[in-house]
Amino acid sequence: MKSIKKAVLLFAVLFIITGFIYPITVTLVSGLLFPDQAHGSLIVDNDKVIGSTLIGQNFTAPQYFQSRPSASGYDAASSGGSNLGPTNSVLLELVDNRTNALLKDGIAGPIPSDLVMASASGLDPHISLESALIQVPVVAKARNLPEEEVRALIVAESVGSPLTGAYVNVLSLNRALDQGSQSY
Amino acid sequence: MTTQEISVEALMLLLFLAIVTGVALPLSSFFVRVFSGDMSRGIPGHIENMIYRLIETDPDREDGWKGYARNMLIFNGIGFVILFMLLIFQGFLSFNPQNFRAFDLYTAINTATSFVTNTNWQVYSGETTASYLTQMAGLTVQNFLSAATGVCIAISVMRGITRQSTDRVGNFWVDMTRCTLYILLPIAFIFALILVSQGVIQNLDPYVQATGYGSTGQQTIAMGPVASQEAIKELGTNGGGFFNANAAHPYENPTPLTNFIEIFLILIIPATLPLVFGRITGKIRQGWMIFTVMLILFLCGFITLYSAELAGNPLVKELGVSGISMEGKEVRFGLLGSSLFATSTTSTSCGAVNTMHDSLTPIGGLVTLFMMLLGEVAFGGAGSGFYTMIGFVVLAVFIAGLMIGRTPEYLGKKIEALEMKMAVITVLIPGVLVLLLSGIALVLPNVTELMKNPGPHGLSELIYAFASMANNNGSAFAGFDASKPFYTLTGSLAMLIGRFVPAVSMLAMAGSLAQKKKVPPSSGTLPTDSITFSIWTILVILIIGALTFFPLFAMGPIAEHLSMIGGI
Repeated sequence: MKSIKKAVLLFAVLFIITGFIYPITVTLVSGLLFPDQAHGSLIVDNDKVIGSTLIGQNFTAPQYFQSRPSASGYDAASSGGSNLGPTNSVLLELVDNRTNALLKDGIAGPIPSDLVMASASGLDPHISLESALIQVPVVAKARNLPEEEVRALIVAESVGSPLTGAYVNVLSLNRALDQGSQSY
Repeated sequence: MTTQEISVEALMLLLFLAIVTGVALPLSSFFVRVFSGDMSRGIPGHIENMIYRLIETDPDREDGWKGYARNMLIFNGIGFVILFMLLIFQGFLSFNPQNFRAFDLYTAINTATSFVTNTNWQVYSGETTASYLTQMAGLTVQNFLSAATGVCIAISVMRGITRQSTDRVGNFWVDMTRCTLYILLPIAFIFALILVSQGVIQNLDPYVQATGYGSTGQQTIAMGPVASQEAIKELGTNGGGFFNANAAHPYENPTPLTNFIEIFLILIIPATLPLVFGRITGKIRQGWMIFTVMLILFLCGFITLYSAELAGNPLVKELGVSGISMEGKEVRFGLLGSSLFATSTTSTSCGAVNTMHDSLTPIGGLVTLFMMLLGEVAFGGAGSGFYTMIGFVVLAVFIAGLMIGRTPEYLGKKIEALEMKMAVITVLIPGVLVLLLSGIALVLPNVTELMKNPGPHGLSELIYAFASMANNNGSAFAGFDASKPFYTLTGSLAMLIGRFVPAVSMLAMAGSLAQKKKVPPSSGTLPTDSITFSIWTILVILIIGALTFFPLFAMGPIAEHLSMIGGI
């Protein structure tokens, strides 16, 4: 009996410390120090939240660079991957269809795998530098821009270390593309 | 990838492991000070003493193993009840801006068991089911307490091996308080802030409605107090994601840097404990021996997984696709960041994922399964990795003793019948659970309907589910639907037995060892800090793992690998 009383009391104390004091202190301190990051690195245009730099969006129009395929349809309130195994015929069919669609759009193969295989989160905001570069002819044509200009923009937008290879944030790239075209 | 890129990744891996070792070394001396009561001064000491006054415990009075185990079980039982209530009554409670309803009974039982046992197997999806109150006061609390429980048991086992002619192994209340206040809370707090600085979110806002950009359409973006949970989730080798996509979600793990920080947090306590053991026993080399065994097993797993992923999926390449298989991987982590996370999370009892293990290549998936089925000893769970490893070491000492005809001793303590029974229970329980439950599940009707993937991969999914639960890992081949009552209930049972039977067995061993007098080393003593003994221990671990599970591996991942490279 004594043990139960002690256990209940100790649990109550640690419950308050780790379940309330700790997360709420972190919330307050991080809200003061890093308010932008703490609230989701949101992008606001004309007082409207258009999205987050960290959360991918599903671009389909030809004048925009495409994001990666998403098993969750870029639903940022329900993340997840496809969980398809490597030999599953459903996966191979999906990859085949996506590859063919890109080839039909006029993109030259071989296609980098990140552009035809779904991400783990379903919200991957990035594509590899390679995947951006092979989309250049399509986007440049849709926008009537010289290819070198679009290519230069990608290189300027790309980040990465030797560790991960270079990659590009698709939303940032597409916004930069729009902002660039407005200035002509 | 070019050879040069691979060499850079190899260098980065070495640097990373050097950092883990470099931090584990001073941290191990900090652990010793915390658990010997050396830190209990100043303001934190005040808080600590207030807690002892409140619960009416004398910090200098220790219990025998039975008392320690009883207190541990009661404390965890209360944790289960409170968490279960929070889940069942979620709909009536506050901090619930999305108005999520209560968890249903089976999901609540499974989830409460899962978080109390440090498993964090999730049959629910965080951002569509769990309120902020559930995440903070329910799940975050257990992220701390289940990790602290594991560490406390590990420390008691160390005491048992070190002490002689006593039956006392420690005061559970004191160990819990110190571990939580001095080790877990400060580290989690600092790293939570570092994570936020990199983009991990931390707020109590309702979900954000975004308009989308260009033609992308509206997006509802899930919010929440993520960073505070993320830090302890990795540090305590818990692994339950705030979001369904776990550490693959950009709000849990936004950059290559946060990825390495999170892997560091997963490994740091398990890597520190063997060094703590070296210090407590006063035999530094013994600690390093265990560390080395863990490191070698870890590297073997990592190299196999990395090479398999590097080789990629030939079936996809035939379709005109280049590069490694990116299904279920995030661009920002790269191959190293994905493989290292997958190896670390399954060779510890973490179970967080930044890559969907179900979509790994067959051999990559085999490694994640194998690392769990070895008992998660490379570096293992917070505390549980260490005491399971001691189980294997005792077994190795005994078998070696039989082979060379010497009385088995470990650090001057005779290994006798009781120690062997407890070691064997600890080592074999998870495996027995996996085999039994997978066997039962396989003869049930319609089992294949629960598998997302056909053929051998479906079998891998089923085995993975029970391996993950029995070993308190919590990661999943997530295509498998484990939400049926059969799986939530047998899974809960597997998590409970897999957690508490080894824990109590090792406490019993500690109690028995503590009573024994140390035998001074003689020419007949088998040295347990030699390279030979390290290799021997690795072999014992591998043989037990391989022999127990080889038939399952052959029918699951190996069969799938052969069909993949054969193009069948």
